[in-house]
Amino acid sequence: MRCGAAIRRRSEAGRQTSLCITKYLTTVRRPGILVFVPLPEPIRPASRAPIPIDARAADHLRYIRETMQSAGEFTAVPGWGGIAMGVTALVAAVSASRQHTPERWLSIWLIEAFVAVAIAAPAAATKAHRANAKLLSGPGRKFLLSFAPPILVGGLLTFALSRAGLHALLPGVWLLLYGTAIVTGGAFSVRAVPIMGLCLILLGSAALFVPLAMGDLFMAMGFGFVQIGFGIWIVQRHGG
Amino acid sequence: MGPVKENRDRKREAVSADLDRLIHERIRLGIVSALAVNRSLTFNELKALLKTTDGNLSVHARKLEEADYILCEKSFDGRLPKTEYRLTAAGRKALERYLNHMEALIRATREG
Repeated sequence: MRCGAAIRRRSEAGRQTSLCITKYLTTVRRPGILVFVPLPEPIRPASRAPIPIDARAADHLRYIRETMQSAGEFTAVPGWGGIAMGVTALVAAVSASRQHTPERWLSIWLIEAFVAVAIAAPAAATKAHRANAKLLSGPGRKFLLSFAPPILVGGLLTFALSRAGLHALLPGVWLLLYGTAIVTGGAFSVRAVPIMGLCLILLGSAALFVPLAMGDLFMAMGFGFVQIGFGIWIVQRHGG
Repeated sequence: MGPVKENRDRKREAVSADLDRLIHERIRLGIVSALAVNRSLTFNELKALLKTTDGNLSVHARKLEEADYILCEKSFDGRLPKTEYRLTAAGRKALERYLNHMEALIRATREG
Protein backbone atom coordinates (compact mmCIF):
# COMPACT_ATOMS: atom_id res chain seq x y z
CA MET A 1 0.00 0.00 0.00
CA ARG A 2 2.71 2.38 1.01
CA CYS A 3 4.56 1.61 -2.10
CA GLY A 4 1.55 2.33 -4.25
CA ALA A 5 1.08 5.64 -2.52
CA ALA A 6 4.61 6.67 -3.23
CA ILE A 7 4.20 5.93 -6.87
CA ARG A 8 1.04 7.91 -6.99
CA ARG A 9 2.69 10.84 -5.32
CA ARG A 10 5.58 10.75 -7.71
CA SER A 11 3.37 10.54 -10.71
CA GLU A 12 1.47 13.54 -9.41
CA ALA A 13 4.71 15.44 -9.15
CA GLY A 14 5.50 14.35 -12.67
CA ARG A 15 2.21 15.69 -13.84
CA GLN A 16 2.99 18.97 -12.17
CA THR A 17 6.30 19.35 -14.00
CA SER A 18 4.71 18.44 -17.25
CA LEU A 19 2.03 20.95 -16.50
CA CYS A 20 4.73 23.51 -15.90
CA ILE A 21 6.26 22.75 -19.24
CA THR A 22 2.97 23.03 -21.03
CA LYS A 23 2.18 26.21 -19.23
CA TYR A 24 5.41 28.14 -19.66
CA LEU A 25 7.41 26.49 -22.38
CA THR A 26 4.88 25.78 -25.05
CA THR A 27 6.44 28.23 -27.45
CA VAL A 28 9.78 26.48 -27.33
CA ARG A 29 9.96 23.86 -30.02
CA ARG A 30 12.45 21.29 -29.10
CA PRO A 31 14.19 19.73 -32.04
CA GLY A 32 13.56 16.08 -32.29
CA ILE A 33 16.54 14.00 -31.35
CA LEU A 34 17.09 10.99 -33.46
CA VAL A 35 19.57 8.49 -32.17
CA PHE A 36 20.59 5.63 -34.32
CA VAL A 37 21.67 2.80 -32.15
CA PRO A 38 23.33 0.03 -34.07
CA LEU A 39 22.14 -3.44 -33.52
CA PRO A 40 24.31 -5.26 -31.03
CA GLU A 41 26.84 -7.46 -32.73
CA PRO A 42 29.04 -10.00 -31.00
CA ILE A 43 32.72 -9.15 -31.11
CA ARG A 44 33.55 -12.72 -31.99
CA PRO A 45 31.44 -14.81 -34.28
CA ALA A 46 29.20 -16.82 -32.04
CA SER A 47 30.14 -20.27 -33.18
CA ARG A 48 33.60 -20.80 -34.49
CA ALA A 49 34.22 -24.21 -35.93
CA PRO A 50 36.67 -26.01 -33.65
CA ILE A 51 40.04 -26.76 -35.17
CA PRO A 52 40.21 -30.49 -35.72
CA ILE A 53 42.70 -32.17 -33.44
CA ASP A 54 44.62 -33.82 -36.24
CA ALA A 55 45.15 -30.48 -37.97
CA ARG A 56 46.66 -29.18 -34.79
CA ALA A 57 48.94 -32.19 -34.48
CA ALA A 58 49.97 -31.75 -38.10
CA ASP A 59 50.71 -28.10 -37.34
CA HIS A 60 52.99 -29.15 -34.48
CA LEU A 61 54.81 -31.58 -36.71
CA ARG A 62 55.27 -28.89 -39.34
CA TYR A 63 56.66 -26.52 -36.72
CA ILE A 64 59.17 -29.12 -35.54
CA ARG A 65 60.29 -29.83 -39.07
CA GLU A 66 60.70 -26.13 -39.92
CA THR A 67 62.63 -25.42 -36.75
CA MET A 68 64.93 -28.34 -37.41
CA GLN A 69 65.51 -27.21 -40.97
CA SER A 70 66.31 -23.63 -40.14
CA ALA A 71 68.44 -24.67 -37.16
CA GLY A 72 70.33 -27.22 -39.19
CA GLU A 73 70.91 -24.82 -42.04
CA PHE A 74 74.63 -24.53 -41.64
CA THR A 75 75.51 -27.87 -40.15
CA ALA A 76 76.37 -29.41 -43.48
CA VAL A 77 79.28 -27.07 -44.22
CA PRO A 78 82.24 -29.12 -43.13
CA GLY A 79 84.97 -27.33 -41.19
CA TRP A 80 87.43 -30.20 -41.09
CA GLY A 81 86.72 -30.90 -44.76
CA GLY A 82 87.65 -27.30 -45.56
CA ILE A 83 90.92 -27.65 -43.67
CA ALA A 84 91.76 -30.88 -45.53
CA MET A 85 90.92 -29.29 -48.87
CA GLY A 86 93.13 -26.34 -48.00
CA VAL A 87 96.07 -28.64 -47.21
CA THR A 88 95.72 -30.55 -50.48
CA ALA A 89 95.47 -27.22 -52.32
CA LEU A 90 98.79 -26.15 -50.78
CA VAL A 91 100.40 -29.41 -51.93
CA ALA A 92 98.92 -28.91 -55.40
CA ALA A 93 100.15 -25.30 -55.55
CA VAL A 94 103.70 -26.34 -54.71
CA SER A 95 103.79 -29.19 -57.22
CA ALA A 96 102.01 -27.18 -59.92
CA SER A 97 104.51 -24.34 -59.64
CA ARG A 98 107.28 -26.85 -60.46
CA GLN A 99 105.70 -27.92 -63.74
CA HIS A 100 107.13 -26.47 -66.91
CA THR A 101 104.34 -27.01 -69.43
CA PRO A 102 100.90 -25.42 -69.00
CA GLU A 103 99.26 -28.77 -69.79
CA ARG A 104 100.91 -30.51 -66.86
CA TRP A 105 100.23 -27.51 -64.65
CA LEU A 106 96.56 -27.69 -65.62
CA SER A 107 96.34 -31.43 -65.01
CA ILE A 108 97.75 -31.02 -61.49
CA TRP A 109 95.04 -28.52 -60.67
CA LEU A 110 92.33 -30.65 -62.28
CA ILE A 111 93.42 -33.60 -60.12
CA GLU A 112 93.29 -31.28 -57.11
CA ALA A 113 89.73 -30.30 -58.05
CA PHE A 114 88.65 -33.94 -58.04
CA VAL A 115 90.45 -34.57 -54.75
CA ALA A 116 88.66 -31.58 -53.24
CA VAL A 117 85.26 -32.87 -54.34
CA ALA A 118 86.16 -36.31 -52.98
CA ILE A 119 86.95 -34.71 -49.63
CA ALA A 120 84.04 -32.27 -49.49
CA ALA A 121 81.18 -34.57 -50.41
CA PRO A 122 81.72 -37.24 -47.71
CA ALA A 123 82.66 -34.56 -45.16
CA ALA A 124 79.38 -32.74 -45.74
CA ALA A 125 77.47 -36.02 -45.69
CA THR A 126 78.94 -37.19 -42.38
CA LYS A 127 78.41 -33.82 -40.78
CA ALA A 128 74.79 -33.73 -41.90
CA HIS A 129 74.33 -37.33 -40.79
CA ARG A 130 75.79 -36.65 -37.38
CA ALA A 131 73.38 -33.77 -36.98
CA ASN A 132 70.55 -36.09 -37.91
CA ALA A 133 69.62 -34.08 -40.99
CA LYS A 134 69.31 -35.26 -44.52
CA LEU A 135 71.94 -33.68 -46.74
CA LEU A 136 69.69 -33.24 -49.72
CA SER A 137 66.62 -31.99 -47.89
CA GLY A 138 65.89 -28.29 -47.70
CA PRO A 139 69.08 -26.37 -46.88
CA GLY A 140 71.47 -28.91 -48.40
CA ARG A 141 69.63 -28.89 -51.68
CA LYS A 142 69.46 -25.11 -51.64
CA PHE A 143 73.21 -24.95 -51.14
CA LEU A 144 73.92 -27.41 -53.91
CA LEU A 145 71.58 -25.72 -56.39
CA SER A 146 73.16 -22.32 -55.89
CA PHE A 147 76.69 -23.73 -55.63
CA ALA A 148 76.64 -25.78 -58.82
CA PRO A 149 76.06 -23.16 -61.59
CA PRO A 150 79.25 -21.10 -61.02
CA ILE A 151 81.27 -24.33 -60.79
CA LEU A 152 79.85 -25.59 -64.08
CA VAL A 153 80.57 -22.24 -65.71
CA GLY A 154 84.10 -22.51 -64.31
CA GLY A 155 84.54 -25.90 -65.98
CA LEU A 156 83.38 -24.51 -69.30
CA LEU A 157 85.66 -21.46 -69.07
CA THR A 158 88.61 -23.69 -68.11
CA PHE A 159 88.08 -25.68 -71.27
CA ALA A 160 87.71 -22.60 -73.48
CA LEU A 161 90.58 -20.61 -71.99
CA SER A 162 93.05 -23.49 -72.03
CA ARG A 163 92.17 -24.21 -75.66
CA ALA A 164 92.89 -20.58 -76.45
CA GLY A 165 96.17 -20.89 -74.55
CA LEU A 166 95.20 -18.28 -71.95
CA HIS A 167 96.37 -20.26 -68.96
CA ALA A 168 97.44 -17.16 -67.10
CA LEU A 169 93.78 -16.21 -66.68
CA LEU A 170 92.77 -19.53 -65.13
CA PRO A 171 93.79 -18.88 -61.49
CA GLY A 172 91.74 -15.68 -61.42
CA VAL A 173 88.75 -17.32 -63.09
CA TRP A 174 88.85 -20.29 -60.74
CA LEU A 175 89.15 -18.18 -57.61
CA LEU A 176 86.40 -15.84 -58.78
CA LEU A 177 83.94 -18.56 -59.70
CA TYR A 178 84.66 -20.70 -56.65
CA GLY A 179 84.24 -17.58 -54.52
CA THR A 180 80.96 -16.78 -56.27
CA ALA A 181 79.73 -20.31 -55.69
CA ILE A 182 80.61 -20.08 -51.99
CA VAL A 183 78.90 -16.68 -51.62
CA THR A 184 75.68 -17.71 -53.36
CA GLY A 185 75.60 -21.16 -51.80
CA GLY A 186 76.42 -19.79 -48.37
CA ALA A 187 73.98 -16.90 -48.49
CA PHE A 188 71.67 -18.84 -46.17
CA SER A 189 74.45 -20.30 -44.07
CA VAL A 190 76.55 -19.04 -41.18
CA ARG A 191 78.26 -15.75 -41.79
CA ALA A 192 81.68 -17.38 -42.10
CA VAL A 193 80.75 -18.97 -45.41
CA PRO A 194 79.82 -15.89 -47.48
CA ILE A 195 82.74 -13.95 -45.96
CA MET A 196 85.09 -16.68 -47.12
CA GLY A 197 83.54 -16.43 -50.60
CA LEU A 198 84.18 -12.68 -50.62
CA CYS A 199 87.84 -13.22 -49.69
CA LEU A 200 88.18 -15.65 -52.60
CA ILE A 201 86.56 -13.16 -54.98
CA LEU A 202 88.98 -10.43 -53.89
CA LEU A 203 91.97 -12.73 -54.41
CA GLY A 204 90.58 -13.84 -57.77
CA SER A 205 90.17 -10.25 -58.97
CA ALA A 206 93.81 -9.58 -58.15
CA ALA A 207 94.92 -12.86 -59.71
CA LEU A 208 93.42 -11.88 -63.08
CA PHE A 209 96.17 -9.32 -63.54
CA VAL A 210 99.25 -11.32 -62.59
CA PRO A 211 101.40 -13.68 -64.69
CA LEU A 212 100.88 -17.43 -64.51
CA ALA A 213 103.86 -17.95 -62.19
CA MET A 214 102.18 -15.76 -59.59
CA GLY A 215 98.88 -17.57 -60.12
CA ASP A 216 99.99 -20.52 -58.01
CA LEU A 217 100.78 -18.17 -55.17
CA PHE A 218 97.31 -16.64 -55.32
CA MET A 219 95.68 -20.04 -55.46
CA ALA A 220 97.77 -21.25 -52.53
CA MET A 221 96.47 -18.24 -50.63
CA GLY A 222 92.85 -18.66 -51.76
CA PHE A 223 92.26 -22.38 -51.94
CA GLY A 224 94.87 -23.09 -49.28
CA PHE A 225 95.14 -20.55 -46.49
CA VAL A 226 91.69 -18.96 -46.80
CA GLN A 227 90.01 -22.37 -46.73
CA ILE A 228 92.12 -23.58 -43.82
CA GLY A 229 91.44 -20.38 -41.88
CA PHE A 230 87.70 -20.46 -42.37
CA GLY A 231 87.68 -24.22 -41.82
CA ILE A 232 89.17 -23.64 -38.36
CA TRP A 233 86.60 -20.91 -37.74
CA ILE A 234 83.74 -23.25 -38.65
CA VAL A 235 85.18 -26.09 -36.59
CA GLN A 236 85.40 -23.88 -33.53
CA ARG A 237 82.10 -22.07 -33.87
CA HIS A 238 79.83 -24.50 -35.61
CA GLY A 239 80.85 -27.95 -34.50
CA GLY A 240 83.18 -29.70 -36.95
CA MET B 1 27.19 -43.52 -29.97
CA GLY B 2 28.35 -46.43 -32.07
CA PRO B 3 31.17 -48.76 -31.15
CA VAL B 4 33.40 -47.22 -33.80
CA LYS B 5 33.14 -43.74 -32.33
CA GLU B 6 33.61 -45.04 -28.80
CA ASN B 7 36.70 -46.81 -29.88
CA ARG B 8 38.02 -43.69 -31.53
CA ASP B 9 37.35 -41.59 -28.46
CA ARG B 10 39.15 -44.07 -26.28
CA LYS B 11 42.10 -44.02 -28.63
CA ARG B 12 42.19 -40.25 -28.62
CA GLU B 13 42.04 -40.09 -24.85
CA ALA B 14 44.84 -42.57 -24.53
CA VAL B 15 46.89 -40.50 -26.92
CA SER B 16 46.31 -37.15 -25.29
CA ALA B 17 46.43 -38.39 -21.70
CA ASP B 18 50.18 -38.98 -21.62
CA LEU B 19 51.09 -36.09 -23.88
CA ASP B 20 54.32 -34.52 -22.73
CA ARG B 21 53.10 -31.16 -21.46
CA LEU B 22 56.66 -30.04 -20.93
CA ILE B 23 57.52 -29.84 -24.60
CA HIS B 24 54.01 -29.24 -25.85
CA GLU B 25 54.64 -25.53 -25.37
CA ARG B 26 55.73 -23.79 -28.58
CA ILE B 27 59.04 -22.26 -27.51
CA ARG B 28 60.12 -25.35 -25.60
CA LEU B 29 59.27 -27.52 -28.57
CA GLY B 30 61.35 -25.18 -30.71
CA ILE B 31 64.33 -25.38 -28.36
CA VAL B 32 64.28 -29.16 -28.30
CA SER B 33 63.80 -29.43 -32.09
CA ALA B 34 66.63 -27.01 -32.81
CA LEU B 35 68.99 -28.78 -30.42
CA ALA B 36 68.11 -32.14 -31.96
CA VAL B 37 69.91 -31.14 -35.17
CA ASN B 38 72.79 -29.25 -33.56
CA ARG B 39 75.39 -30.52 -31.14
CA SER B 40 75.03 -27.32 -29.19
CA LEU B 41 73.53 -23.88 -29.63
CA THR B 42 74.21 -20.69 -27.74
CA PHE B 43 71.53 -18.65 -26.06
CA ASN B 44 71.75 -15.96 -28.73
CA GLU B 45 71.56 -18.42 -31.59
CA LEU B 46 68.43 -19.95 -30.10
CA LYS B 47 66.96 -16.53 -29.50
CA ALA B 48 67.47 -15.52 -33.13
CA LEU B 49 66.23 -18.84 -34.40
CA LEU B 50 63.00 -18.89 -32.40
CA LYS B 51 62.49 -15.11 -32.74
CA THR B 52 61.77 -14.68 -29.06
CA THR B 53 62.93 -12.51 -26.19
CA ASP B 54 65.64 -13.04 -23.58
CA GLY B 55 63.19 -13.49 -20.74
CA ASN B 56 60.91 -15.84 -22.61
CA LEU B 57 63.73 -18.06 -23.79
CA SER B 58 65.48 -18.23 -20.44
CA VAL B 59 62.31 -19.18 -18.59
CA HIS B 60 61.50 -21.97 -21.01
CA ALA B 61 65.08 -23.18 -21.16
CA ARG B 62 65.11 -23.31 -17.37
CA LYS B 63 62.01 -25.51 -17.40
CA LEU B 64 63.63 -27.92 -19.82
CA GLU B 65 66.82 -27.88 -17.82
CA GLU B 66 64.95 -28.76 -14.64
CA ALA B 67 63.45 -31.73 -16.42
CA ASP B 68 66.93 -32.82 -17.55
CA TYR B 69 65.91 -32.51 -21.17
CA ILE B 70 68.71 -30.08 -21.95
CA LEU B 71 72.08 -29.27 -20.48
CA CYS B 72 73.16 -25.71 -19.87
CA GLU B 73 76.81 -24.73 -19.81
CA LYS B 74 77.89 -21.26 -18.88
CA SER B 75 81.32 -20.05 -19.81
CA PHE B 76 83.14 -16.90 -20.80
CA ASP B 77 84.03 -15.95 -24.33
CA GLY B 78 86.65 -13.37 -23.48
CA ARG B 79 84.65 -11.16 -21.16
CA LEU B 80 81.25 -11.98 -22.53
CA PRO B 81 79.28 -14.62 -20.70
CA LYS B 82 78.22 -17.38 -23.03
CA THR B 83 75.43 -19.86 -22.39
CA GLU B 84 75.40 -23.02 -24.40
CA TYR B 85 72.65 -25.58 -24.54
CA ARG B 86 72.70 -29.16 -25.67
CA LEU B 87 70.13 -31.91 -25.74
CA THR B 88 70.37 -34.79 -23.28
CA ALA B 89 69.48 -38.39 -24.09
CA ALA B 90 66.29 -37.94 -22.09
CA GLY B 91 65.43 -34.85 -24.11
CA ARG B 92 65.97 -36.65 -27.40
CA LYS B 93 63.77 -39.48 -26.21
CA ALA B 94 61.09 -37.00 -25.13
CA LEU B 95 61.07 -35.41 -28.57
CA GLU B 96 60.79 -38.80 -30.22
CA ARG B 97 57.90 -39.68 -27.94
CA TYR B 98 56.24 -36.39 -28.74
CA LEU B 99 56.62 -36.95 -32.46
CA ASN B 100 55.13 -40.42 -32.09
CA HIS B 101 52.19 -38.96 -30.18
CA MET B 102 51.49 -36.43 -32.86
CA GLU B 103 51.65 -39.11 -35.52
CA ALA B 104 49.38 -41.36 -33.50
CA LEU B 105 46.92 -38.50 -33.05
CA ILE B 106 46.74 -37.91 -36.76
CA ARG B 107 46.40 -41.59 -37.47
CA ALA B 108 43.69 -42.03 -34.84
CA THR B 109 41.63 -39.17 -36.22
CA ARG B 110 41.99 -40.08 -39.85
CA GLU B 111 41.32 -43.78 -39.34
CA GLY B 112 38.38 -43.22 -36.99
